[in-house]
Amino acid sequence: MPGLEDLYREIILDHYRSPRNRGELPEPPARRVEGFNPLCGDEVVVYLVVEDGTVKDIRIAGQGCSISQSSASLMSAAVKGKAVGEVRDLIRTFKAMMSIHEARLGDGDETSASDGAGPDGEEPVDVNRLGELAALQGVVKFPVRIKCATLSWNTLAQGLDEAEQAS
Amino acid sequence: MAAVSKTTDGTVHGALDVSAIKKDFPVLSQTPHGKRLVYLDSAASSQHPQAVLDAMDDYYATSHANVHRGVYALAEEADRRYEAARLAVGRFIGAPQPDVEVLFVKNATEAINLVAATWGRANLQPGDAVLLTDIEHHANLVPWLMLAEERGLELRWIPMGDDYRLDVADLDRLLSGVKLVACTTMSNVLGTITPFARIAEAAHEAGAVVVADAAQSVPHLATDVSSLGCDFLAFSAHKMLGPTGIGVLWGRAELLEAMPPFLGGGGMIRDVRRDGFSPNVLPWKFEAGTPPIAEAVGLAAAVRYLEDIGLDRVRAHEVTLVSYAQEQLVARFGDDLRIFGPAGTDERGGVLSLQYRDIHPHDLSQVLDQSGVCIRAGHHCAKPLMRRLGVPATARASFYLYNDESDVDALADALDSAGTLFG
Repeated sequence: MPGLEDLYREIILDHYRSPRNRGELPEPPARRVEGFNPLCGDEVVVYLVVEDGTVKDIRIAGQGCSISQSSASLMSAAVKGKAVGEVRDLIRTFKAMMSIHEARLGDGDETSASDGAGPDGEEPVDVNRLGELAALQGVVKFPVRIKCATLSWNTLAQGLDEAEQAS
Repeated sequence: MAAVSKTTDGTVHGALDVSAIKKDFPVLSQTPHGKRLVYLDSAASSQHPQAVLDAMDDYYATSHANVHRGVYALAEEADRRYEAARLAVGRFIGAPQPDVEVLFVKNATEAINLVAATWGRANLQPGDAVLLTDIEHHANLVPWLMLAEERGLELRWIPMGDDYRLDVADLDRLLSGVKLVACTTMSNVLGTITPFARIAEAAHEAGAVVVADAAQSVPHLATDVSSLGCDFLAFSAHKMLGPTGIGVLWGRAELLEAMPPFLGGGGMIRDVRRDGFSPNVLPWKFEAGTPPIAEAVGLAAAVRYLEDIGLDRVRAHEVTLVSYAQEQLVARFGDDLRIFGPAGTDERGGVLSLQYRDIHPHDLSQVLDQSGVCIRAGHHCAKPLMRRLGVPATARASFYLYNDESDVDALADALDSAGTLFG
């Protein structure tokens, strides 16, 4: 049975207590995107400035649990300054990590998540590429919390789509 | 029954023997994460005594057939148990005519939807006013919002005061011209017991029909529909030791008689022709299709279990427990812990909505789970109330007859661990 230490890694608690890129950005040039988790009331607001194919700036507002807030904070640090293509890759990799079947993360096989196998028929997930974000992989063992971790990423993806359509 | 000791005159007195009651509930011997199960989520759904499980098993093992249609002994027995359940439930809530006024539905939500879809559509016209309150569950909000959208109704609200009680100072003005009042008897978030009888009396003077969302009170407080003064009363079996899948709408017979049917189908008709149908008599007019028969039998067993113990003793026990919890939590956590709900115990039930430091309710619930402590975290299907309270969510512990002081202590200890983890 997974323990709390799998969920609340120190990096996660650090980003929860001291969130990075917290705040708002004037729109325009920023684009504001809202994400809701209707089950729990968590809410994330992503302010995104995309220029010349790059995520030039990002801020996170809203409210939620330690998992949703730390995931948003880690995400903001990971994507700021990156090319949109790279960011989309990262979103895909992160979401793949979040959909690794729980059974692959079973007791006594703690390395299976970083072995790199994704869901059947999909590209392997290389969690080494995720850097600090890999701290969130323990969330998969708590299926109810997966939506908390992916909320900001889905919101960011929506923001990138909107930015692309507008350009 | 192990948990009840009756005196010679058949009545029961005194404090509950909770350790004996706990033994009546098989699920309480579960050990999540290797810990004793501390179940503090009965406001969401309660657990089941063996007597309820046995009654349903016995029904399926010895008496199952479809009701109302069979002319053979087995079907007659199924029919007998189903209709006996109706009478038992009716007696439990003081229904003057239990055989016609007690309708079995899916849950309290469906009961309120039934009233909105039938009485509401037949009686509410564009511009008519409906009076709700600040503290309603979505089950007693969304059906009226849907009808308001369809019919162009005016919605009014009885406000909640800063003491977490309904502020009825302005009730007469709010009631002026109102056709329907829908109000909870006990808040699922705050535990607030509302001054329902007073509201109902004023509403009737203003000519309004009154709906009671009694999902939280029927399991915990002795209920009498006449003293409450409601015209409709809705509740669910699964919050009162009964099974999921069945709830009750009680309604005054003359209102139910005049209402159009809700769902159409088998059982609810007297005659069907190619060009129309005529509805069955009460209560079957509102029970289309095969009803939840085993669930009705289980609900009746739950009613018997509660009656054997006595609702007054259940209430007294919960008052003691809430009082102990308030004292302990304030003593141990002081200003770090905020309780959303009335102070004292007179006008509140065994529901404690909490905010502990700045720990998000979901994180709190997750950490408590490791100690075997089950609480609910979220908006509790009361988003307008959450907005009024200025929080996105709360952590909610709720008590029932199988909880005792040791469960409150386990909650407090688990809050301590959460405080340590989130530093």
